[in-house]
Formats: sequence, C-alpha cells, structure tokens
Amino acid sequence: MSIMSYNGGAIVAMKGKNCVAIASDRRFGVQALTLTHDFQKVFEINDKIYIGLGGLATDVQTLSETFRYRVNMYNLKEEREIQPKTFAHLVSSTLYEKRFGPYYCEPVIAGLEKDGSPFICSTDLIGCTTFPNDFVVTGTAEQQLYGMCESLWEPNLEPEDLFEIISQALLNAVDRDAVSGWGAIVHVITEDKVITRTLRGRMD
Amino acid sequence: MEILFGFVGKDYALTASDNTAARSIVVQKRGEDKSRILSKHTLLSYNGEAGDTCQFSDYIAANIKLYEIKNGVALSTAACTKFTRRELANSLRSRNAYQVNLLISGSDPKTGVPSLFWLDHLASANKVNYTAHGYASYFILSTMDLYWHENLTLEEGLGLVKKCLKELKIRFIGNLPDFFIKVVDKNGIREIKL
Repeated sequence: MSIMSYNGGAIVAMKGKNCVAIASDRRFGVQALTLTHDFQKVFEINDKIYIGLGGLATDVQTLSETFRYRVNMYNLKEEREIQPKTFAHLVSSTLYEKRFGPYYCEPVIAGLEKDGSPFICSTDLIGCTTFPNDFVVTGTAEQQLYGMCESLWEPNLEPEDLFEIISQALLNAVDRDAVSGWGAIVHVITEDKVITRTLRGRMD
Repeated sequence: MEILFGFVGKDYALTASDNTAARSIVVQKRGEDKSRILSKHTLLSYNGEAGDTCQFSDYIAANIKLYEIKNGVALSTAACTKFTRRELANSLRSRNAYQVNLLISGSDPKTGVPSLFWLDHLASANKVNYTAHGYASYFILSTMDLYWHENLTLEEGLGLVKKCLKELKIRFIGNLPDFFIKVVDKNGIREIKL
C-alpha cells in the first residue's frame, strides 16, 4: 500500500463566476481504521487564498505550519498580502526543496486574484504545478472526484450553485472510497466574504 | 502487543497503559510505568520501540521542563503536543527515527477543561475525546464508541476502563495482567488503582 493512501482523504477545488470553492473530507484514519472525524486538511492562507493538503497526515500538518511561517515572513518582508500565483510558486519551491526525500502531500490551492478572477492550482508531491480552467482534485478519492466533477461542473457558476455542486461532487465521490469521507468542509471564496460550511454526509 | 488508551471525562483526562516491559516472547519486567510528567497538569504516556520510547520521552520532558524554568510558566497541553509533534516529525526524516506512539493528556490549571492528544510514530497529531494505540484500538475503540459520553464522571470513567480491559481479556491474545491508570485534573496528576 502506498504511503500516500495511508491516512486517506479527498480534496477538490472549483472555479466559479468571480468566486472559487475548495472542499475536503474530514476523516483521519490509519489505513482502514478511522480515528477522528474532525481532521483539518484545508487551511486559510489569507481571506482570498485557501490551501488543501492531501496525502500523509503528518506531512499535511508539517507543511501547513511551514506555509504559515513562510507566508508570515513574506507579509512582513513585502508589507503586502501574497497573491495566489505567488503563493502557488512558494508551495512549489517548498516541495521541490525536498526533491529526493519528499513530503508525501499533494496540495490544491484555491484563491481569488486581485481583479476578482478565480484561481485554482494543484501540484504533485515534488511541486510540479498545473493551472486548469475548471477544477482540481487530489487524494485517495481522486478518480471518483474526477468522474463527479466532470459530470456536475459547468462554467460561470454563482457562489450558491458552486457550493451545491462542489458539495455533491465531494460527498458522492467519498461514498465510493473506503478511506475518505466522515463529513466534509466547504469554503466558497467570494470578493467580499468566505462562506464556510461543514457537512455531515454518511458518517459510517 | 502493548496497550495504551485514554479518554477525557467531565473534568479529567484518563490514560491507561499496561505495565509490562517485554522483549520478543520474554517479559523482562512487570510494574514499568510508561509515562513521563511534562508539567503539573500534563502527562505523556508512550509505547513503542524499547530504547526509543525512554530516550524520546526523556528528551521531551526535559525540554518542556527547561521551558518552564526559563519562562516561569508551564506550557499548555496543546503547546506540549505541538512541540512534541514537531520534534517527532523532524526525527521522522532522519536516518533513525524514534518509533514511539504517544498520548498527551492534560487539564487546564485555571478552567479545569481536560484535553487528550493522540500522536503516532509518524508524528500525526490529533485532539481526541477517546482513543487507543496499537492492537488495542481494534478491540476497544468500539467499546468506547458505545459507552463514552461528554459528561463522564470519574466513577463512570473507571467503569469504562473496566469494560475495555474486560473486552481485551476476552478477545486479545496478549495477556497483560496489570495496568497503570493515571488521571489528570485541576489538582494535577494522580494514579488510580482499580
């Protein structure tokens, strides 16, 4: 069994019309054994950028702390908020630093750019970035998520519709994956606010 | 084959650990206390690879004590966990990582709110209400799923410990006769005999 699927988990981010959404499941387990239903995999970078970290839980926690440190240092040095594109490169180089002994983590980034346009990005565990126009997925339910997103997503969704679609995509994907699920958390980032909702889903 | 589990009750955190030091098929000692006191209100319980456990928990306990002496305030349970997790995570990327599983239990000295943290040998940390390490988790997590609730009094808590130990006695192949049961509450850390 791959170390990437040791703890399980599923993360998805989607573009909308002047908004962007990111969602993850909340399970923490050790292989098939579920231990908690409130594990944090999506982290706030600032009120316009969120990052979801899928993969090995210890590296999810280590990396979330590293990113918080590096973004704080950026803010202090530059005296301005980091932009999504810059943050994606920060994530990429942080991961590539450990090229030959990597963090077993595949991040997904969702954010709004200065002009209000949505930004999504995903990288592999050594920091190779991709910037798709529709959605990005990661985690053990990746394949199921691709199927759900492919059939539900459409361009120019309003925040409430985007919330509904990302939630349905995630909840139905994790039901076909034994090591993710047990509730979900969804963030929809809009120009003036971030809507955060926790979902219960199938708790078995 | 080691057993370590714990839960939080109404105003206390409880951990139970077997007291057997074994190597392969040989029991080397009964009455081994597999825990370290981190501060007046925080307890670290451990199991895992024989040498690593003592080395690592001594190192953590000494550094947390040093912080307390330097700064005149003790670290909170959550802060102790953050520090411990970071040390363990750093060691994970070294040639010989510490193979230790930990439970950190504590109680807020002012409010008396208890907390319990679960850390495994990969340094994933989780705040939990009830949990277990190793083989025991396959048997007693479901027992605790059924009987644990938020307002567990100490008496009910000890009843739950008995239920868990009974379950292990029935279904677990490892024969571990005696346990250290430690309670952390507003008044500090104490051992309880069943």
